[in-house]
Amino acid sequence: MKNRIKQKLSEDKKLLSIYFSAGFPKLSDTVSIIQDLENNGVDMIEIGLPFSDPLADGPTIQESSTIALKNGMSTDLLFTQLKDIRKSVSIPLLIMGYFNPVLQYGVENFCKKCEEIGVDGLILPDLPLDVYQDEYEPIFKKHGLINVFLITPQTSEIRIRQIDNASEGFIYMVSSASTTGAKQGMGEEQEAYFERIARMDLKNPQIVGFGISNARTFQQATKTAKGAIIGSAFIKMLSKKGKAGISEFIKTIKPRS
Amino acid sequence: MTYHADEKGYYGQFGGAYIPEMLYPNTEELRQNYLQIMEEPSFVNEFQSLLRDYVGRPTPLYFANRLSDKYQTKIYLKREDLCHTGAHKVNNTIGQILMAKRLGKRRIIAETGAGQHGVATATVCALMGIECVVYMGEIDIARQAPNVARMKMLGAEVRPALSGSRTLKDATNEAIRDWINNPVDTHYIIGSVVGPHPYPDMVARFQAVISEEIQAQLIEKEGTPNPDYLVACVGGGSNAAGTYYHYLDNEDVGIIAVEAAGKGIHSGDSAATSALGKVGIIHGSKTLLMQTQDGQITEPYSISAGLDYPGVGPMHANLYTSGRGEFISITDDEAMTAGLLLSQLEGIIPAIETSHAFAILDYKKFQPDDIVVINLSGRGDKDLQTYIDYFKL
Repeated sequence: MKNRIKQKLSEDKKLLSIYFSAGFPKLSDTVSIIQDLENNGVDMIEIGLPFSDPLADGPTIQESSTIALKNGMSTDLLFTQLKDIRKSVSIPLLIMGYFNPVLQYGVENFCKKCEEIGVDGLILPDLPLDVYQDEYEPIFKKHGLINVFLITPQTSEIRIRQIDNASEGFIYMVSSASTTGAKQGMGEEQEAYFERIARMDLKNPQIVGFGISNARTFQQATKTAKGAIIGSAFIKMLSKKGKAGISEFIKTIKPRS
Repeated sequence: MTYHADEKGYYGQFGGAYIPEMLYPNTEELRQNYLQIMEEPSFVNEFQSLLRDYVGRPTPLYFANRLSDKYQTKIYLKREDLCHTGAHKVNNTIGQILMAKRLGKRRIIAETGAGQHGVATATVCALMGIECVVYMGEIDIARQAPNVARMKMLGAEVRPALSGSRTLKDATNEAIRDWINNPVDTHYIIGSVVGPHPYPDMVARFQAVISEEIQAQLIEKEGTPNPDYLVACVGGGSNAAGTYYHYLDNEDVGIIAVEAAGKGIHSGDSAATSALGKVGIIHGSKTLLMQTQDGQITEPYSISAGLDYPGVGPMHANLYTSGRGEFISITDDEAMTAGLLLSQLEGIIPAIETSHAFAILDYKKFQPDDIVVINLSGRGDKDLQTYIDYFKL
């Protein structure tokens, strides 16, 4: 079967992807949040595997990760919760987290579990390109997993080409030099960066993350890119309104056609 | 077989650069330039003259008469406690500030636990007139008030790390986040031989002035550059890396690394990473670290804020697993007792970190003609309140 991420990317529309921390706000919310997101028209989901020391994350995701861990979230439990997810959910699912929990679970075991469940890809920001290629690429491929790499406004053109060549699926385009959830909106600097990347005519489409929080920033980001990811803003909404707020939140970003 | 880093920053299986892409340009810029800059004659000159005229190097290698008498062996103390700012930390901050200037950086960030590295960083920033922000865990800010005041007096901004356990690990996380948010004009001065390549190797090279001096001083005093044993305490491990550096591949010289057992290795309140750690990734480096089954990093404990770190530099992880180094862990109580003993036998009040190194003298039996060099990495002024509380002085 063709990887669900690739299928989704071939659809002729801009994609909305949502990130949330598994086990937040409540330990047992993971599956129902995924179902609600799909039912409200979200195109793809990044399931955050919480980590004690999330280096690339701002305060919002730090806090949701801490709460999820306090609630008792673990790698094993996440896999147990997701066991039957493909009976009810068909959009692409990725697990996003830091490399250490994956390393402790065993990279091969982790990938095997993902395949069994029907997870389509992984985003592990602190697993660098060269280590992935030297040690882990065959394992990911064997289990049909797409590994997603990040680029930032500071990434050199040569390195972007390297990352593009190593990628299949999409490139995660970090919108600005920042941790997640930083406040600044999308300015001229971002637009110039998005256009510069668009002109590079990469073989993989780009999905923008970091700094996307509402319809305006979603539209700005997807002017040239294939889609955008919302994380911190979604988690903030969950903190305030809980799962009941999901439908309204998604509607404000991307009215259903 | 070498115990130094290879060109990718690996010590055996440990090290490397496990960093998110946001940090790639910064660390890559450093990686491509650090060795070349460190070899430039103008850099060497400036570094050496500052170490001599500003830091006060070379520091003495002092034969500890009464201590040697008590333990029936020949004990030398490498007096890093006599460095400006009171510890070895300044060797590295001098080196890195000169590096930052040559890379055109205009802003410095640093993390600190006990405050020694923060003070050493604030000091060199004042010296060079460069903006300085030091991240420090909220809990450490409370327990190391004099060092916080020193940093402020030196013109640094001290930002509390409010996340996680609010200690050194979290201060390091915050500094890394700052660097992600300020990738162009900022240099991150890491205080130990930890973090992504090239930091462990670069910091070890700046601290290597310690072992370089020991070699020359031992030739003068003993007619040989080689001691039988080198002893140093290890948190992240920068003073130990500096003490061992020129001897790493000389297996005639024994290496003893002393970790903090806190209230006991198996008490649940410990920072003995070699005994309790497993291979994992912390702060961009593959090394031994204290973690749960699930790969969540756990909170260490030691009475000494400078050893209160859940990981250890990759050089030391390799020394431990290869058997090149002997690792001994020392409890709070043993360290405090050893600190008092050194004060009363030699008239030197050591930092509590350093006291751990002295406590091994009760465990490890040396021969009468063994030459044992202990790195006296820092002085105890900053720890006076802890000593007062502990001994009810």
